[in-house]
Amino acid sequence: MPGKLKAKVVAGRHLPVMDRASDLTDAFVEVKFGTTTFKTDVCPKSLNPQWNSEWFKFEVDDEDLQDEPLQITVLDHDTYSANDAIGKVYIDIDPLLCSEAATVISGWFPIYDTIHGIRGEINVLVKVDLFNDLNRFRQSSCGVKFFCTTSIPRCFRAVLIHGFVEELVVNEDPEYQWIDRIRTPRASNEARQRLISLMSGELQRKIGLKVLEMGGNAVVGYLQCFDLEGESGLVVRAIGTACTLDKISSTYTAAIVQNLSNSSPSKDMKDSPQAVPSALGCRSTHSSPVHSASSRLSQGFSVSVPTLLFAGMKNRHRSSEGPRARQCRAGFGEEAPGVPLSSGPPTPLRAQTFSSFSPSKSYSRQSSSSDTELSLTPKTARICLSPSSPIHQCKSSPIPTTKVPRSTTPPPLHVSQSDTAMLRKSVSFSEDLLLVASGMGSGGSAGKEAGPLKALLRQQTQSALEQREFPFFTLTGFPPAFLLHVGGVVSARSVKLLDRIHNPALGNTRSYKLLDWNSFTADEPETRDAWWEELRQEIKSHAKALGCHAVVGYSESTSICEEVCILSASGTAAILSSRFVQDGALDTDHRLSRQQASVFTTGAEKGEGVMGSSASLGFEDVAPPACGFCHIPYDELNMPFPAQLTYCHCCRRHKVPDVLFTTIDVPTEANVTGKGCLIQARLCRTKKKGQGEGNATAISNLLPFLEYELHTQLLNKLKLRGMNALFGLRVQISVGDTMLLGLASATGVYLTALPSPGGIQIAGKTPNDITYEQHISNMQKKINDTIAKNKELYEINPPEFVEEVIGSPIPEPRQRSRLFRSHSESSDEVLELDLSHGKKDAFVLEIDDTDAIEDIHSLLTDAPTPPGFYSCNTEIMPGIYNWTSGLQMFTSVRVFRLSNANLTNQGLNKIFNDLCENLLKSLYFKLRSMVPCCLCHVNFIVAVPEDELIQVAVTAVAMSFDKDQSQENGRQSGDKTLMKAITENEEQLQFPLELSAESPSNPLSCAKGLSEVSGPLPSARAPSVDHSSFTDRCSSWIEQLRLKAHTIRRGSIKTMSSLEKASPVPEGRSRSLRSNRSCPGSSITVVKMTPLSFIPGAKIIKYLGIINMFFIRETTSLREEGGVSGFLHSFIAEVFAMVRAHVAALGGNAVVSYSMKECVFMENPNKNQAQCLINVSGDAVIFIRESELEATPSQTQSGNVQTSSNGEGT
Amino acid sequence: MSVELDVFVGNTTIMDKEVYQLWLNGYTVNDAVKVRMEGGVMEECEASAEVLLSDTMDQFRTFQMCERLLQNPAKLANQLLFQIPPDRQAMLIERYYAFADAFVREVLGKKLSKGTKKDLDDVSAKTGITLKSCRRQFDNFKRVFKVVEELKGPLVENIRQHFLLPDQLARDYAAIVFFANNRFETGKKKLQYLTFQDFAFCAGQLINNWTVGAVDNMVEDMDVDLDKEFLQDLKDLKILIADKDLLDQHKSLVCVALRGKTKVFNEMETNFKNLSRGLVNIAAKLTNPKDVRDFFIDLVEKFIEPCKSDRWTATDVNLYLTHYTNSAHILDSFKYQTVWTRYMGVIKSCILRMYHE
Repeated sequence: MPGKLKAKVVAGRHLPVMDRASDLTDAFVEVKFGTTTFKTDVCPKSLNPQWNSEWFKFEVDDEDLQDEPLQITVLDHDTYSANDAIGKVYIDIDPLLCSEAATVISGWFPIYDTIHGIRGEINVLVKVDLFNDLNRFRQSSCGVKFFCTTSIPRCFRAVLIHGFVEELVVNEDPEYQWIDRIRTPRASNEARQRLISLMSGELQRKIGLKVLEMGGNAVVGYLQCFDLEGESGLVVRAIGTACTLDKISSTYTAAIVQNLSNSSPSKDMKDSPQAVPSALGCRSTHSSPVHSASSRLSQGFSVSVPTLLFAGMKNRHRSSEGPRARQCRAGFGEEAPGVPLSSGPPTPLRAQTFSSFSPSKSYSRQSSSSDTELSLTPKTARICLSPSSPIHQCKSSPIPTTKVPRSTTPPPLHVSQSDTAMLRKSVSFSEDLLLVASGMGSGGSAGKEAGPLKALLRQQTQSALEQREFPFFTLTGFPPAFLLHVGGVVSARSVKLLDRIHNPALGNTRSYKLLDWNSFTADEPETRDAWWEELRQEIKSHAKALGCHAVVGYSESTSICEEVCILSASGTAAILSSRFVQDGALDTDHRLSRQQASVFTTGAEKGEGVMGSSASLGFEDVAPPACGFCHIPYDELNMPFPAQLTYCHCCRRHKVPDVLFTTIDVPTEANVTGKGCLIQARLCRTKKKGQGEGNATAISNLLPFLEYELHTQLLNKLKLRGMNALFGLRVQISVGDTMLLGLASATGVYLTALPSPGGIQIAGKTPNDITYEQHISNMQKKINDTIAKNKELYEINPPEFVEEVIGSPIPEPRQRSRLFRSHSESSDEVLELDLSHGKKDAFVLEIDDTDAIEDIHSLLTDAPTPPGFYSCNTEIMPGIYNWTSGLQMFTSVRVFRLSNANLTNQGLNKIFNDLCENLLKSLYFKLRSMVPCCLCHVNFIVAVPEDELIQVAVTAVAMSFDKDQSQENGRQSGDKTLMKAITENEEQLQFPLELSAESPSNPLSCAKGLSEVSGPLPSARAPSVDHSSFTDRCSSWIEQLRLKAHTIRRGSIKTMSSLEKASPVPEGRSRSLRSNRSCPGSSITVVKMTPLSFIPGAKIIKYLGIINMFFIRETTSLREEGGVSGFLHSFIAEVFAMVRAHVAALGGNAVVSYSMKECVFMENPNKNQAQCLINVSGDAVIFIRESELEATPSQTQSGNVQTSSNGEGT
Repeated sequence: MSVELDVFVGNTTIMDKEVYQLWLNGYTVNDAVKVRMEGGVMEECEASAEVLLSDTMDQFRTFQMCERLLQNPAKLANQLLFQIPPDRQAMLIERYYAFADAFVREVLGKKLSKGTKKDLDDVSAKTGITLKSCRRQFDNFKRVFKVVEELKGPLVENIRQHFLLPDQLARDYAAIVFFANNRFETGKKKLQYLTFQDFAFCAGQLINNWTVGAVDNMVEDMDVDLDKEFLQDLKDLKILIADKDLLDQHKSLVCVALRGKTKVFNEMETNFKNLSRGLVNIAAKLTNPKDVRDFFIDLVEKFIEPCKSDRWTATDVNLYLTHYTNSAHILDSFKYQTVWTRYMGVIKSCILRMYHE
């Protein structure tokens, strides 16, 4: 009984009128947790009732605390008839379970009703008293922190990055139960909301368990998704990266160590009888009869079994087949590493997978180490051994222990496996030493001395990663020196058939419990698991083919249309440094991991001390070679696909590809020329309506072409902009009844290290025709002009390199240092003579059919962003550093109806393309008052909700930046961040560029900061040099625009930026008064929302927990609510409001890494009905303005909101 | 092919002042788009008509959703649905409660009833203000009237606090409420030349000097109703015209004071008795509600028009009224000095304001 949950209902306001006669309401509140319910008194005849209830106490398991939300229902008392529900509030109490997150939830929550929307607000206080869990069999994972942020959160430091965690839970969808026919829509919606809330809680708890198992204390890059499979059920799945995080500059390190040692004994013991569920990668929790009592939800699984019988249709789809045949097409061969299509190892076997019944098994057995079935054996073997591990206390002994299970792992297909295991053994003693050494030498520089050691280390990491089931990381941003090389994008898709429920009687929830769930055990979730496992194996093998041992920026998604489901997974193949990676062996043995963690921690601490002084050398020296990640990880002579390699334009020692595609953010150390831009490839393909297998086959036949064309489009558009690399690539394929939609978004940049892209050459097929020739040359001219214009627009003027002269005089000091640095890298690269290369050829587009003409047209129709605007789908735009605090997060949704069903592919393409373009144009127009600004993290979600509908939803943030002060202050801000870095040591090391990018230029605080600096300034100034130099180039039109915008902006949408000190004082004062949390009666905290992991010009001082909310809204009076637009508009606004309210109640003032995962909209205008489901997530944080931070350092610790909202006011 | 649904929701609610004004003016979306196109936003931002339409629709919808809150401005600051910076909130409220002078002149002094609302289409046709906008303005008047009707304390202050309006606007509303409550006649042809601000000024004078609140400031309706006792006392002023001696004495005092100081001395001298009779009669009749309604008409007919026909300048009027008021104080047999001051102070400033040259 490890927890006591306490809740108190204080008051309500703005309640709706429930009694027509009196125009008033007799409201009371039910507070429910699990099965316990409390009620307040009725507060008669008031729209602003004051209940001031006693503390309602719930004594519950921490497992329940994690799974269940607190349910608060506001009702209207009725003497004669049943009480009417006004609305509900679900409060996720998970943030209270973390010791360092929020301690109390208190504030006004919107009372939400799925039919009426928000109906007033209620003020609630919630607290949790958590006792130490001494139960060795516990199933809870309290204390594990979750972050949506896909990089190491700002006020933490990564001690270890353990790796991939995933889980999924399945249940019936209440919406599709037979009972739905007799209950009200409201009841159905609420059942669904509650169920999903419960399922996400359970999912999070289970993932947390896995993390504890791995020895971690946090999940970073937590990505949770719902698959609404309709009649076949509801899947909630999540992936993330387990990490051991350490709070910067606090005594927290000790706490972790203690925490770990506290909890470990219980875990050790748990491994014995019940270990099966907790073993890594073996998801059998639900099938174990031992804890049937404890898992409520899992009962659902058993039912789903008969209902979700696998159809037998298993359409394994390999993305590489189709296009392979077409590779002969000119130019495609050059497309190089990022090519998802050609990235896979050419396995002839896969070509036949379409027809084979269950090819996955044979496939995975053939290509990789752990097959779904096979893996069971070794896993159990591993677990059997583990009880013995606690005995081994000394450092060396766990190694042999863990080696045993490894030897039982499936037959090593790659010979290296056993070798590396050996190797690790030999290295293991030196490993700790090494880590300490590298810590002391502060990252990269250590490698210089320890060249050979590092090589060893790297091999060892590689093996450690390889032995992991899935060496995947959901992170997109990394600590410096973590990402060594990037291979390119790897992706895999598969088309699956969901089966229908055959026995409707099973739909009844009640019957779940009656079923013996061992009989047809949880076969069903295993099926879903197997699907994903298959896909992940494929990804893994792709990565291997690229010579990489890990996949970063990994994500998974689905698209469902009736019974067909497309599963997609994608990531970026990479080679990682061992610095943060834990030995694979530790996955099962946390004891060792603990030890290692602590060893490492001390090492790192030592490193900190050293670094404090070494930072005085300027962090140029600390940073790893900026071009390192561009160097090819694969063997040049044995390339997985045709690519054109050149010597790196930065260090001139290593080979780089001509184009690089990745799914990650632009690494902070990357050398980027000019600015980037959002690049989208859009495609629409018609398909015949179909049923079952035929339909699935048709889709899987279409997929490769779709993907190929998307890729070609991307590449063309990239070249058209004179750029050579794509970051944050996200390819979405959405399936509808009559069409397939493909949307690929990425941020194009010019990486200085990569060769300059050749132009686009158009070649005609019939050279004799003169008019045709003329047409071609016209087009060619247009293209050339566009490229030139784009180069100017994005300020791409790379330093001229003469290809032949290798080892030429180095033009920039920066590069010299980089060059120098890269010596350490060289040791582990296989150096080959470069014979391949001469002059680069232009990219040739051959116009052989109307298709290609269409392509070129579409290429040229992409309108450039209007002056003053930039856009990207990565966190920030390379080349922009001086953000102001102007911030506007938004969601925009559009639905298009295709009036004519008989559209051609081209027609559809045009419509889809226009839709996206117009949407972007609208966004630019809407946000024109923020100019100069950049749309960051532009995230498109496309869907085909109905036959003739295309839905596009965009979530992004517009951030304005400063042109005026850039020159002076860009420099100053650079200095300032460095100073901060020195005082806060590690943080700077991790995000050198981002930090300087986000810090607002504040001369005053800078002056203050100056006095604190210990290191010499000149070197500290170095990183900012290029900021200012770039801003030098800023043309005057931007300034003009800004001036224009400035006047508009002053009193407009934006909350005042901290730079605009001129803002009227009384306003600031009134705001800060209002947002004072001490008087919640009249207070509304301003809550910022952003999809980014940071807030420009501000420092996040506390993470309060994850926000993960799911809402359903339905209406039966669509016209009255302003039609579909009015309905959705108010719903999205309501969702925002509820997110803000929950964040404010946790004591926060911002949501970072916000994303809208799902927006399912359905309408039936004939019946005047519509329904919408929205799922959003993010991290609740407290931030304070950097100016405030320096002014009131004492308040940093207390972290009160008032400070930060004051900042808002200024 | 058509856009079925198109929404944009910002964490901070985006509102364009210009579009807001168009919405307030009661434009349809299409008309608003036309106006915006003519305004040149498109060239400024390289937008197409489509984009403009989408933006306008979206904003109109936002305003519509906000309207419920705007009708109770205190709620706007306390609601969670829209995150609007305080300065924006103030702007939204101020503009929502702003009204057109042309419109307010039409309904000023009329009963804020359903009947009046039904006639708004005539008002709309006459003023060229859209019916929608007329309705909003009318409803604003009515809403403010209803709320302050039941409140104690100073009228202007109540309006300002309840509707979070800036001072000037609160005063204007106070005038509207005051006029509506006393049903002053403002629509007659002879009064057409007066602007709303003229009336608002007069209302301010009346509220500050002639109402119950002017003497006692914690009574219900204190600023809305005229002080009955005072009106009763005004009857005593009749002596100024009823008593022949007093009238002559008064006249001679004024004439002495003004001689040589004005070009229209002769006209003034001949008209003195008429003018004085007019002013005092107005005072004496104010106990009758019907005559209260005609207060402004009477001022115009009995004083302003005669002066106008004699081509008095505003300075002449000022001079005359000053001496006219002061001379009465010197009259030995005239005992109602306080009432006279309270009456003439307002009359003088009202007439001066209403005297357009």
